[in-house]
Amino acid sequence: MALLDIDNLDVAFDTPDGTVHAVNGLSLSLDRGETLGIVGESGSGKSQTAFAILGLLARNGRTSGSIKFDGEEILNAPPKVMNRIRAERIAIIFQDPMTSLNPYMKISDQMAEVLMLHRGMSKKNALAEAVRMLDAVRIPGAKDRIRLYPHEFSGGMRQRVMIAMSLLCQPDLLIADEPTTALDVTVQSQIMRLLQELQAEFGMATMLITHDLGVVAGFCERVTVMYGGRIMERAPTDPLFGKPTHPYTRGLLHAVPRVDQGQETMQAIPGNPPNMARPPKGCPFRPRCAFAGKDCAVMPPLEPAGDGRVRACHRPVEEVAA
Amino acid sequence: MLSYSIKRLALAIPTLLILIVVSFVLMYAAPGGPFTSERELPPEVLANLNAKYGLDQPLWRQILTYIWGIVTEFDFGPSFIYKDRTVNEIIAQGFPVTLTYGLLSFVVAVVVGVTLGVVAAIRQNSVLDYFAVGISIGAQVLPNFVMAPILVLTFTLWLGWLPGGGWQGGQWEYLIMPVIALSTSFMASIARITRSSMLETLNMNHIRTARAKGLPERRVILRHALKPAMLPVISYLGPAFVGMITGSVVVDVYFSTGGIGKAFVDSALNRDYAVMMGVTILMGALTIFFNLVVDILYGWIDPKIRY
Repeated sequence: MALLDIDNLDVAFDTPDGTVHAVNGLSLSLDRGETLGIVGESGSGKSQTAFAILGLLARNGRTSGSIKFDGEEILNAPPKVMNRIRAERIAIIFQDPMTSLNPYMKISDQMAEVLMLHRGMSKKNALAEAVRMLDAVRIPGAKDRIRLYPHEFSGGMRQRVMIAMSLLCQPDLLIADEPTTALDVTVQSQIMRLLQELQAEFGMATMLITHDLGVVAGFCERVTVMYGGRIMERAPTDPLFGKPTHPYTRGLLHAVPRVDQGQETMQAIPGNPPNMARPPKGCPFRPRCAFAGKDCAVMPPLEPAGDGRVRACHRPVEEVAA
Repeated sequence: MLSYSIKRLALAIPTLLILIVVSFVLMYAAPGGPFTSERELPPEVLANLNAKYGLDQPLWRQILTYIWGIVTEFDFGPSFIYKDRTVNEIIAQGFPVTLTYGLLSFVVAVVVGVTLGVVAAIRQNSVLDYFAVGISIGAQVLPNFVMAPILVLTFTLWLGWLPGGGWQGGQWEYLIMPVIALSTSFMASIARITRSSMLETLNMNHIRTARAKGLPERRVILRHALKPAMLPVISYLGPAFVGMITGSVVVDVYFSTGGIGKAFVDSALNRDYAVMMGVTILMGALTIFFNLVVDILYGWIDPKIRY
């Protein structure tokens, strides 16, 4: 049985501009210990998928479909059920370490409360465990620095604190929602290396949400590409990057600047992501797709395409290698 | 923190000196004087009176004499109108009364206001929210000088439940209406500020983190959201305190509570220079002290503020 099984998930938000369809009919599953990357531009629905798993959507969010965790339905589960799963079994690292920690509380209190809540530990034991975890994420002098406030740490260090906090209960699933986006490039690679080591050490399943393809390539066994709240393509990492066949995946790969090739090889995808309050009919990528045709006005189904690849496209570009 | 507080209190001295000089000058610039009455006094009597109270001296010497009296003997002088009473006595009598119902009003305004605001924010757009918002808007448009007669009309004249005025050493039935009249509009403002600030706080990223930890919603609010949500409320407490001082004037007049506000109004009408100055300095000192308390509270809540 898969650890996480999302089936036909819809997430929509009621806004003054109309209903925004952030996620549409998304299905995916994740096994124990597996690393899955979810890639897409801003607004592709990847973060909202993560929030839906943990029941952390904004107040105006509506969901339908099914999210099963370890066999138990957790979509729209009552707060009591969710609060036992949050941090204890599914933990999350957020995008912006500068604002995701409580600026008015010492790190020690923020970390200890997790263990006191879920493990019923005394404050003293919880603190000792928190220090151990800060050591594990290589924060030097953790024993003293745990008494500091978040603003006394740098961005990279704060994200380490965030990671340590998320791993306190040794969750079965770690969702990392763009964990390096807000950080300097040099710090980014340190954090990714750290996550990789911790993943190997603790063996938790990891869902890495990012728009950075390089980060995904080095970390994940499988990659899901999202666009307009839908899955465009899903495949094991090597075939996906080695031979991208979905026009959108291809566009994403070409939009990565490469040091070893000249600037001219970098091509941005023309146009902008769709307004999900008024999504285009059919394939959401159609208005920006160089290969689109009349048939694309009907949303293509997700279909197996060999190499363990699943793809939603009427006009894949099989013949062109990246 | 301690050295900062001492520094701030030291800064209060020049502030108070400026307050004294400006008030003194303004007071003298106003037409009339303590001995102006409908029946004109004979010039010799007036001259004697002026000499007795030092009013024949040049203004700068009067100010210096006044300040000297305060600094050396903590003496705010004799009342110009009540011949047998000193300003110190008048303040000692009225101030405890004002302090009692003032502090009580303050506590009521903060506790009720914050509770209403938090509840409204948590249950945004529910019946409870509309109820809380409705109450606070209703209370906001009723200033104390409108509130006071409405209260007296309702609870004294119609229902006969509460005495219409008096103090009686601050027994509770004499306290109820003054406290309601004084606190209502501040309670309303605090409720509105708390509500909007709490709504904003609940959308912050670190609150999402707190929820992701599996904390029950009550813990999320009390432990993680309340402190940041209180910051705008605390900055409102300074002006609210000053507003309550002004409000006490109305309360004293309507409910005959005998607080310092009444003495202040009378002194202004009678040109009782010494009482006017004494009360002005007291209010000024209180305001300075209160602003210091607010700043210290700020530092206690927000660790980024270090003094």
